Amino acid sequence: MTQKRDAAIVGIHEYPSRDVEGEVSPLQIKAESAARALEDAGLNWSDVDGIYDAGEGGGMGGLTIAEYFGLHPSVIDTTSVGGSSYEFHAAHAKRDIAAGKCRVALLTYGSTAHSNARAIGVGGRGGASMHPAENMDAFAGMTLIANYAMVAHRHMHNYGTTSEQLAEISIATRLHAMRNPEAVKAMEDLEFLDIRETTIEDVVNSRMIADPLHLLECCMISDGGGAVVIAAPEIARDCRKSPVWILGSGEATKYPTRGGDITSSAATQSGPQAYGEAGVTAAEMDIAMIYDSFSITVLTLLEDLGFCRKGEGGGWAQGGRLRFDRPSDGPALNTDGGGLSSNHPGMRGIFLLIEAARQLRGESCSQVVDAKLAVAHGNGGMLGSRHSAGTIILGRD
Amino acid sequence: MNEPVRPLPRADEFDTREFWEGTKQREFRYQQCNHCDEVVFYPRRHCTGCTEGELVWKVSAGKGTVYTFSVVRQSYHPFFRSRVPYAVAWIDLEEGPRILSNIVGVDDPLSEVSIGMAVQVEWEEHENVNIPLFKPIED
Repeated sequence: MTQKRDAAIVGIHEYPSRDVEGEVSPLQIKAESAARALEDAGLNWSDVDGIYDAGEGGGMGGLTIAEYFGLHPSVIDTTSVGGSSYEFHAAHAKRDIAAGKCRVALLTYGSTAHSNARAIGVGGRGGASMHPAENMDAFAGMTLIANYAMVAHRHMHNYGTTSEQLAEISIATRLHAMRNPEAVKAMEDLEFLDIRETTIEDVVNSRMIADPLHLLECCMISDGGGAVVIAAPEIARDCRKSPVWILGSGEATKYPTRGGDITSSAATQSGPQAYGEAGVTAAEMDIAMIYDSFSITVLTLLEDLGFCRKGEGGGWAQGGRLRFDRPSDGPALNTDGGGLSSNHPGMRGIFLLIEAARQLRGESCSQVVDAKLAVAHGNGGMLGSRHSAGTIILGRD
Repeated sequence: MNEPVRPLPRADEFDTREFWEGTKQREFRYQQCNHCDEVVFYPRRHCTGCTEGELVWKVSAGKGTVYTFSVVRQSYHPFFRSRVPYAVAWIDLEEGPRILSNIVGVDDPLSEVSIGMAVQVEWEEHENVNIPLFKPIED
């Protein structure tokens, strides 16, 4: 099967600060990241003719963001599906570029969740809204963490998965974070108590937040943002850095249904779409950039993306398999340190694309030797109830 | 200072107001299609199983099992902060609906709640609505 090379990531930037101390706005983070990503590509604002935006900057999203950037794009896509928005955006950019609707697509993200002191994980989920689903749920006091914890509990019940097995996710990402100076700085700025490589014992002995998830199985709440520039092949060939091709994509959502299986996610739908389009399999992936809101998110998504069978993720992940320096055993996981230990301002999907592109360019702090293929999978919303799944397969020349 | 209160549903939400109206009579209402028999929950105006049917309101016996749960140890919400540790659970009712609720009537949710446990609705009274919580029962 020949892979179609319709569009490539040509520019990336991760906003370095995780604590802007209330001095910078999300829109400012988006714009600065955009300029740096365009610079990375060797392009300029005037080259951009497609904007992809999840609306987190406020205003009327798609109506106001072009003006803020000072652009006149021919494509404006405002898909907003939580943390996986950027995988959806990458998929749509590829589709729009292939259709000739635009040639240079700009994806940006900015958030000051930490400065705003938003309790993302343990906020009450109180206050019913006018959405019918939320009007049924709000009374129960399900925190975000409890939502994911209910997935973990059922996973343990069905398959015998243990906290020690889930801890493997946390210690692999922390190992990678300790090799990433920006992640170490993030943990310092956010006043992590213990900034070092962790052990399984550290994780399972950390404070329980919502059974069975412990503190060190939960992502941080940071400020941050970033940008990704995606371009048509004729432009990508002339950019400053080598192109990282978008080879395949998949999108899906899942929600509670009668008798539904909470231990499997919308990735069971988006993953096969993406692999199929790219003509590849999970076994070929060198890099797995998987949305790590919590340990259980990663375990569930790795199973659903075909790295092992459903229910076998716990045993499969044991023994450090997901480390960057064990390439023969399977993919390296979240080599930037992930949301658990580097950067989680609320919707970290853009960082999955950024670090995957770094790996395929050979620029990661935890570089996998000769990495050729990567999967970036974003999860938006809440895994244990209604959530979105965006899978992107990336490859280099 | 007033006691913090549980976040209560809005009585004027279009799809779910009939459900909450029913709780005043301690009825756990759900919908089923008169054409394709699809059980619809959360409540809606349209059948999600077919385009021809009409949804008919039914009343559940309020019995079900715990599909999964978590014991919340930390919450910043004023009401729930005063309730930790408490059990949040997805409950599968015998008639089909899966509802998010709390398990009550246990001294220690950490040791007394389990997946597969049989539960029965227990109404928490409020001024204009009753909230369906669930308590363990013998199988």
